[in-house]
Amino acid sequence: MPLLDVRDLSVVFNRRGTTPFTAVDKVSFTVDPGQTIGLVGESGCGKSVTSLAIMGLLPKRGVQVTGEVLFEETDLLKLPADEMRDRRGRDIGMIFQDPMSSLNPVVPIGVQVAEVLERHRGMDHKPAMAEAKELLDAVGIPDPNRRLKEYPHQLSGGMRQRALIATALACKPRLLIADEPTTALDVTIQAQILTLLRELVEETGTALVMITHDLGVVAGLCDTVNVLYAGKIVEEAARRKLFSAPAHPYTHGLLSSVPRLDEPRGTALKPIRGNVSDNIPWPEGCAFAPRCDHVVDACIGATPALVDTGYRRLRCENPITEAPAHAPAWRADQSPSDQSPPGEGAARVVVEETP
Amino acid sequence: MTRLAEYKKERLDKLAAASADTGGVSLWGDALRRLSRNPVAIIGAVIIGLFILLAIFAPLLTGHDPYARQLIEVRANSGEIPGPQPGFPLGVDQEGRDFLARLIIASRQTLLVGVFATLIGLAIGTVIGSLAGAFGGWVDTLAMRFVDIMLAIPSLLLAISLVAMVQHPNQWTIIIAVAIVQTPIFARLLRGTMLAQRESDHVLAARALGVRRHSIVLRHMLPNAMSPVIVQATLALATSILDAAALSFLGLGDPNPDRAEWGLMLAQAQRFLDASKILAIWPAVAIILVALGFTLLGESMREAIDPKNRR
Repeated sequence: MPLLDVRDLSVVFNRRGTTPFTAVDKVSFTVDPGQTIGLVGESGCGKSVTSLAIMGLLPKRGVQVTGEVLFEETDLLKLPADEMRDRRGRDIGMIFQDPMSSLNPVVPIGVQVAEVLERHRGMDHKPAMAEAKELLDAVGIPDPNRRLKEYPHQLSGGMRQRALIATALACKPRLLIADEPTTALDVTIQAQILTLLRELVEETGTALVMITHDLGVVAGLCDTVNVLYAGKIVEEAARRKLFSAPAHPYTHGLLSSVPRLDEPRGTALKPIRGNVSDNIPWPEGCAFAPRCDHVVDACIGATPALVDTGYRRLRCENPITEAPAHAPAWRADQSPSDQSPPGEGAARVVVEETP
Repeated sequence: MTRLAEYKKERLDKLAAASADTGGVSLWGDALRRLSRNPVAIIGAVIIGLFILLAIFAPLLTGHDPYARQLIEVRANSGEIPGPQPGFPLGVDQEGRDFLARLIIASRQTLLVGVFATLIGLAIGTVIGSLAGAFGGWVDTLAMRFVDIMLAIPSLLLAISLVAMVQHPNQWTIIIAVAIVQTPIFARLLRGTMLAQRESDHVLAARALGVRRHSIVLRHMLPNAMSPVIVQATLALATSILDAAALSFLGLGDPNPDRAEWGLMLAQAQRFLDASKILAIWPAVAIILVALGFTLLGESMREAIDPKNRR
């Protein structure tokens, strides 16, 4: 039984005076306990909205959320607001993109971690602070006794993200949603944070939904990858499958547009032409068609269905069949439990981990 | 290998500690630093500081009882109000009381009215503003239309009408009236900053942790939304003092003529302008100086915490 089963989740922004906009369109995926899945796509493809919809954090007015979000067979979308509030932070934790602005600037970080423990576990302030210290220690913040009393502005970006992770993991949630947790950080800190996340996930058996545009993050961390485009899942496959043989032209384009160190100098990047807002002006058809090199007539006639071929789900009329030239560099043979730092194999400088 | 790792860890920790100490400066710390470099702010602060010292040590500074009649025979003999003379640096007022002593003791009254009127206004405004900003919807609409109505009436006119409604006015009538007049400004300002807080990342993060609604409003939104309101309170102190003085000048305050209060003293001096101009000049100067002090400090505080002025 999956821990989280998202079925046909749709989010439509329907403000008065504007035309309705479908940000998430019938997205379905499952997360098993202890599994790490990735939601990958460009800016504006509905990744963050999907996570906010799962958490029930979208505003009530002007937003229609339909479908089912089954968490241990309970539909979170049908839960009353106060029950959902009890579950947030206790059963499902969330880490945000910008650690600079996601901590309360006027409250010491120890109190912010303790607040979650007091809220969900009914702990008194003193034991909660003691446990907060343990948590800060566990997420690798040096000298937690001193840091406990410090304000967010006194911490570095990496430490703030660690503190945020401590708040999200304080009650040992069974599911952790990380919304671009490394985007605002330096590459060296990124590697540390990703290693920390992977260790915590392995230790506690927490399932992780990793939302990112960074394929390097996915390559290092995720078991299964969902590629989103314009609010729809266009391809879902196991990590090795996806990187060794991307079938959707969009996935292929994403992989080709990553700069690489193992190619001769001067090799031009192959960006995907156009941008997300290039769309066909009628509702039917593949949203990626205007930017696609493999476009055929069928693409613009009707929306391709998401076809499950056993080992991958694919929404494409004319998929890529040949193995791409870059396949070996992605280390498709690497198993998820490899001890190498995340992001290796993707085009990034791998920095030796500091303990 | 382990020693290298140890060394690196130590070095990183030191680096992190160093960057944390110099890297971030809090809003108020930064504002304070810039305030201390601003001569206008220093002038304002000095005026206010002297004024507060004056109010605290008033009885020690006055040679005479401000309520006792002295030099009565001088006035009776000459028919004039005695001017400055040994023992009475500013002479006596129309009732024969030491004028300097009354001027000094009146600073207490001014401070009391100003501070309490502002605090009460701030308290009511904070409640209305945070309710409107935190809940939005019809609560917001209702509160803000009410605030609009109050803002549409000139503040002094509103205060006069409020005082006029009371049967037996005393000094608290003035304080309450001025407080009510200040309320809509605080409410409106706080509502705006609360709305901005509602959309902020850290409030979303707190919601994602399942923090209860009242904790989010009281611990996560309100403390972050208060800075501009506190600055506004400094400015409001100046207007409170001016409004209160105006109300007593118009004879709407405590009817007791013995009370030492700058606005009242000014009103009483009117009848004796021919005999002694000094009686009108000094209370006016005092009111202007104090209002100026609070305005200068308030304006420089507003500039200091304005992110647009940050360099």
